[in-house]
Amino acid sequence: MTAKLTADSLTLFRGERCLFENLSFALNPGELLLLEGCNGSGKTSLIRAIAGLIELETGEIYWDEQPVRRQRQVFNNELVWMAHRVGFKADLSLVENLRFESALRRDSRHDLDDILTRLNINRLKRLPVRSLSAGQQRRVALARMLMSAATLWMMDEPVTNLDREGRSLVMTLVSEHLARGGMVIMAAHQDIQIDFPVHTIQLQ
Amino acid sequence: MTDNQPEMPGLGRGMMAVAKRDLFLAWKRPGDVLNPLFFFAMVATLFPLAVGPSAEQLEFSGPGVLWVAALLAMLLSLNSLFVSDFEDGSLEQMLVSPVPLAALSLGKTIAHWLTSGLPLVIVAPILGMTFRMPASVMGVLMLTLLLGTISLSLLGSIGAALTVGLHRGTALLSLLILPLAMPLLIFGARTVSLAAAGDVVAGGLYFLAAYAVLIVSLAPFAIAAALRISNE
Repeated sequence: MTAKLTADSLTLFRGERCLFENLSFALNPGELLLLEGCNGSGKTSLIRAIAGLIELETGEIYWDEQPVRRQRQVFNNELVWMAHRVGFKADLSLVENLRFESALRRDSRHDLDDILTRLNINRLKRLPVRSLSAGQQRRVALARMLMSAATLWMMDEPVTNLDREGRSLVMTLVSEHLARGGMVIMAAHQDIQIDFPVHTIQLQ
Repeated sequence: MTDNQPEMPGLGRGMMAVAKRDLFLAWKRPGDVLNPLFFFAMVATLFPLAVGPSAEQLEFSGPGVLWVAALLAMLLSLNSLFVSDFEDGSLEQMLVSPVPLAALSLGKTIAHWLTSGLPLVIVAPILGMTFRMPASVMGVLMLTLLLGTISLSLLGSIGAALTVGLHRGTALLSLLILPLAMPLLIFGARTVSLAAAGDVVAGGLYFLAAYAVLIVSLAPFAIAAALRISNE
């Protein structure tokens, strides 16, 4: 059986530099893809390329055995992305931001208050995002992932700026998502301890 | 999650959400919205003071000055259209959304026109009075500006989307937009002049309307393509 998400000999250049060449991987529901590598090794570029934000030099990504570029909307519907920049409007409150976001993707129909309580940011919900700390903003970005019903979570260094409790919370959420049959692509520096199949890609 | 055909968020809902969010942001920072309007009002009121009170001269130059001022005011407001979305990462979140980017771009342009184009149309008759414009011409002035600002909003959004990744793309934006905006300026100002002279204005209005229809239907796709290129 072929995998849900497959990448076939991806090559990407940034300027003159080759970030990766002939990179292939396959990912099934309940599996985690871990991207490792030092700073500037192309982890973020790979994630952005999978999300379709960067044009690949060669190679094709398949979702359900169909090339992603032919069904961008279907693929994006299954995708939620946690980037370096949280992507919230600093002038709007956390709830206003999340309400707006929910119009942009498939809703998981979880109660917003439950999600915010779980992430320990419920008491901040009326404050504008600009007044939140960097770690608190990361928690709001986690709330975005919980609010979406997407299968594929793409997380670019999700534990940056988070405290110890936040880091373990991320791992709990990832485990729960995998247990539901979700898939996770994660770029990380730290070692990941998790009881699910992990594929690792080491970028040079 | 195991559904074979998972539902997609609606196109109209995404577009309205973007428009509403941008209007709300404008409400929270009214200074940015009032800037172009202030510029428009300043140019249009200073000009009669500079050229003197001669009635013929004012009547003659009124349509042209109002139209140039409106065009420049629109240009002024376009620069920042996508910059904040680009910088805080919310543009990337829109790019990976299942809602087509063209619909989201159209939502942003609707909000832009409501906050910078429409106010110009509304204050234009008041400024027309400083040029001794007769009341019968006001309707034509407002109609040409209405059609013109819609076109300018969309046209400018293409330029703003192309230059969003560049720092200080202002000059480039103007260079890109102005040639395409020239027909609007020529037909807009001329139609108002013709109305003041009591001539038939339908031709000019039809042209402006046709331009607006064309740009409304094509620009969203151009904006979406430009945003994808800028965000690479």
